[in-house]
This record gives sequence, C-alpha cells and structure tokens, in this order.
Amino acid sequence: MKDDVLAPNLIEMKNLEKRFALDDGFLETVKIRKGRIVREKREVHAVNNVNLTIQKGEALCVVGESGCGKSTLARLVAGLLTPSNGEIHYEGTRIDTLSGRKMLPYRKKMQMIFQNPYASLNARMTICQALEEPVRVHNAGISGAEVRDKVAEVMRSVGVDPSWASRYPHEFSGGQRQRIAIARALTVDPEFMIADEPISALDVSIQAQVLNLMLEAKEQRGLTYLFITHDLSVVQHFGTRVAVFYLGSLCELADTATLFANPKHPYTKALLSAVPQLKDDSPQHIRLKGEIPTPINLPIGCPFQSRCAQANARCLAEQPVSMLQPDGALVACHAVEEGRE
Amino acid sequence: MSLLSVRDLVVKFAMRKQTITALNQISFELARGERLGIVGESGAGKSITGFSILNLISQPGYIASGNILFEGQDMATMSAADLRTIRGNRIAMIFQDPMVTLNPVLTIGQQMVETLQAHRNLSRADAEKIAIIKLREVYIPAPEDRLKQYPHELSGGMRQRIIIAIALLLDPQLIIADEPTTALDVTIQADIMELLLDLCQSNKVSLILITHDLGVVSQMTEKTLVMYAGKIIEAGPTREIVNDPQHPYTQGLIKALPQQTAPGERLSQIPGNMPPLSDVPDGCAFHPRCEYATDLCRSTTPEIEDLGRVKVACHEVQRLNQRATPKEDSA
Repeated sequence: MKDDVLAPNLIEMKNLEKRFALDDGFLETVKIRKGRIVREKREVHAVNNVNLTIQKGEALCVVGESGCGKSTLARLVAGLLTPSNGEIHYEGTRIDTLSGRKMLPYRKKMQMIFQNPYASLNARMTICQALEEPVRVHNAGISGAEVRDKVAEVMRSVGVDPSWASRYPHEFSGGQRQRIAIARALTVDPEFMIADEPISALDVSIQAQVLNLMLEAKEQRGLTYLFITHDLSVVQHFGTRVAVFYLGSLCELADTATLFANPKHPYTKALLSAVPQLKDDSPQHIRLKGEIPTPINLPIGCPFQSRCAQANARCLAEQPVSMLQPDGALVACHAVEEGRE
Repeated sequence: MSLLSVRDLVVKFAMRKQTITALNQISFELARGERLGIVGESGAGKSITGFSILNLISQPGYIASGNILFEGQDMATMSAADLRTIRGNRIAMIFQDPMVTLNPVLTIGQQMVETLQAHRNLSRADAEKIAIIKLREVYIPAPEDRLKQYPHELSGGMRQRIIIAIALLLDPQLIIADEPTTALDVTIQADIMELLLDLCQSNKVSLILITHDLGVVSQMTEKTLVMYAGKIIEAGPTREIVNDPQHPYTQGLIKALPQQTAPGERLSQIPGNMPPLSDVPDGCAFHPRCEYATDLCRSTTPEIEDLGRVKVACHEVQRLNQRATPKEDSA
C-alpha cells in the first residue's frame, strides 16, 4: 500500500487457498468418461492464491457477489476452516497450523460476528449464560462476581439493559440479537473482529444502529476489523481499505476513497455502477454479460475473462497478478496494466 | 379512470387471543402505465398490501372492509372463478425468491405452457411459440433449449428473468413485484431492474414495486407509499419523497442510509424498533421512536393529510415545516 507501512501488520495471508472436495470417498471419484472408467476428483476453488495484510486499527472490507469466496476467507482467518495451501500469520506467528490448545490465546484475540442473529445465538441459553460462557472459557480461575461485572459492563456498552440477562434470544428482535452477538464477541476484549455480513439480515433503521455500535467499539477499544459485505454503501462508510473479490481471487485492493473515486478493475467499475443511488436520476449502469461462472472448473487465465468487455487472448491464457498503481491501489488486470481502454 | 383504486382497505388476522389489524385504512390510486413503490421495514404490511390486491389473503387473515377496484371491478368481493380470470392474466405477481417460485419438478416449458393454456385456448405448439418470444424479450440466451430445462439447471438471475417472462406471458395490465431482487447480487439486480423498467415502459404496464430499498424505489418508480405498522404514513411523487421527506420516519429512514453521511461519521439512527402489529401503541404508531412526539401524538392517531405535494400522516408536520421554511427559501 502507500507509505503508511509503519502500521504493523496484524494479519498476513500468504498465497492463501481453500478448495472444497465435491467427491468425497473412493466411489464418488469413479466416473465413466468416453466408455472408460476413470478416477476424477472435482473441487470447488473457493479462495485462490490470496495475498492480503490487515494492519492494526484499520477496517478492511471484503466485497464481492455471492460465491466469490468472501465468507470462506473470513472463516479461514478465524481458524474455522483450514487452508488447503498457504499461510496465515497473526502478528508474525503462523496460526493456521496451531493445535487447538495453542490456538486458544489467539481465539481470544479474534472474535467473529455472523450474519444471522437468529441462528448465531443458542436458543436454549439465556443471554446471561451465552455471554458468560466465553469469559469463563478464556479466563481460567476468574470469580463469578468478576464474570458478572464484565458481562454487565459489556451489555451496557452495546445498549442492552443488563436486567434482561435472564431472557432467552427469542424474546429479542433481530437488531437486539445482533447487539447481543456483538456483546458476546466483546466480552473477551478482542483486538480483532471478523464480521461476516453483520447487518444484511437487518432492516434499514436497525442497520444504522448496529453499524454505529461497531464504529463506537472500534474507536473506544481500538479494534481492527475484517468486514465482509456485499453492500458497497456500507463499505464506503465503514471501511478504511477495500478488497474486491471475484470468483475466489482478489481483483483490486485500495483505500476506500481511492477505490470509490477511481475504480480501475473492470469488475470493480461494473460493481460500483450497479448500486442503486438515491438521488442520481440517470445511472450509468455497466451491463456485464453472462453470469458468474462456477468455481468448480476455473478458467485458465483471468477469472473475470468471460464477462469482461476488454478481455483479449492474453486474458484467456495468463492469470493476471496484482500490480501496484501510482495511487496505491493493487489491481490484478492485464487491461489496466497495458492501459487498454 | 385509474387502473387500480384501493379505498380504505382494512385487512385483519384473527389470532387465538386477539384480532390483529395488518392493514389499516389503506387508500391509493394507480394510473395505467404508472409505477408505484411501496417501502417500509419488515412487518410494515407492504407484502400484505401486494397480496390483498389479488385477494390472496388466506386464513386466518381476511379483508375486513374497503374496496380494491381493478378496472372498476371490486376484487374484494369477487367470486373465486372471476378472480381466476384476473390473477396471472391481467395482474401478474413476481415474488422475492426465484429459487422457490418455480415448480422444481416441471420444466420451464411446461410451466409457461400451463400458464398460457389456463387462460387462452391455445395449442401446445402455439403456446411454446409465445413462450419463446417472451423469453427472448427478457434476454434469455437460446430460449428453445431453456424450455426443456428444469429450474435447478439455471442460475438465480436467469430464474428471475424466466419468472418475469412468465409474468409477461399474458400481457398483464399490472405487475406486482414483491422484493424481486432482494435474493440477488447487485450486478444481477441492476440488470433485472433495468429490464423490468424497459418492459413496463415499452408495454405500458403498471408496476407496483414492493421493496425495503429506497435506492431501488428512487430509480424505478414515479410514486411512492411509505408504510409503517400497517398504515400509509407518507405518499406522493418519488422525487419529492426522496429529496424532501416530510414524515419524521421517512426522514429517519433516508438519513440512516450510509451514503447520506460522511465516511466514518456516526449514522443518524432511529431509536428502537417498529412495534409488532399485535402491539401497536395508541395514537401515532411512530410516537415512541419520534423525537418530535407531543401529547397529541401519544393520544390521537393522525389522519393522512394532503399537503399539496405529498400526503403525510403526522400531527407535527406543519410545525416542522414552518421551522424548516427559511432553509427552503434559500434553496
């Protein structure tokens, strides 16, 4: 990125890859092709060769359409999935190969908020039980009074009345549940939050409440965010840097202001033009041809080739690598590199 | 004469303990070729409004009073046989989730031919010809092959196009689209909306677009209704409502959008939640969340009043306007 390399890297992903096997077990791999029995394993290439760093104190937003691998990326970083290839470093320590016990202190440092607050809270646990559990797990030998104090303090900080602690999740609305989910993540004083579409299941007026809460937590606690979303207006508001994903690959990475003022990758341009604007009467919508191809058999070359207006022979043959642009953006596109317009 | 005229519509749901009023005195008019947006949060009654136009409210819900005049005929009191001649034929509906709207065990062709043959006396071959023409209108590549395919073989965007094609099969006068793109990605949403807008304009079809997305409404419609807890609280030309909202709730909704605030700044938020329809407060339903609420708001329900440019249901709107007048003069 730009010259603010002084900010230390909290997370570093190196050549990160995740593939999901579609044919598990021997029998599923046996297929008949042209009258012959062959063994064939199909895989979904969810995340491909991603190099990305998250600096301390920033809010890195990952945007892309469904199936582009953004949630897989979040789960990889959180340690909920094991990468097929590549490394994840947390403040210089490689964490993707750690055993469960050795991973525990890192789990305390990074917490995750999920999309659907109706599914992410245990319906059979009261709010109090749900919030106390992580405190006990991560602070061995802590007294009951201390746990209760901690939980009450966090509940107040997210605007949930501590007297509601004995209630069950079904007694709360979606917005309140998402506050409780955020409170649960904050009880262990994390330094890094991974938020996977935290507001997309909520109504507009509630979205603003939750976003404000997350901004507040960022300022008060100095949190670093990895924010996964498909909503570009939220990105523009919340993110300090934006990573645009397409079909499991990183297309463009730039400061939020740079990306919105001057998008370079053809996919980023199309994505930005597609957002319905409130005031603008005549949107210049860039129509993409076709739809996102399946991530099972990735094309050779650029993943965006099938929908790109500027694709040529080189794009079909050679996968573009991220190149640093004069304004600090990283763009993986042959057309941008060659100045094709 | 307007194409659709809804007058004082009241829809209730008889639950075990109480009767819930889901729609409370809804009135609006829709002219031929006009595009209307209905916005509001979940539970505001937007979808119920869409369903009740087709008289699709089922037990325990019922239309308690009011008229739904479509081309002068009252849909609220019509017989089931007469309703069938209108549903899918002169009024078509597009639902939110393209994954569940199509029948998974019938091919696209079977579903399209069935729709056509239900309303017109057509041979199978003729019906297929019409189906292919309609699929081409919604930019489906190789429509002849699609007819033989099943819904699971197609992507979400493609399915929603096919649903639009089915809606257009019988050249309806009105399309009701209930959150048609909420389940789709932004780039696909933009394509579908552009397509829907083109088709409505070129075929002079009226559209009722039900959505929670003010951006979409702003791009697509000429008139907007804002709903809150089963009532219309603001109605008028879309431009007026987006550029100069009058009701404190509409103002709050628009201000809460991230694009209205500088990056990193706190978003303006409406405190609290919309009340459940089983527990709507006395007076103005919005008063517990409203910063301008007075004793009058807490005791008396405001009627919707015509302010010239827009209609608003708010006791305080006149006073708020007077305060805002100097600003408007300079602008």
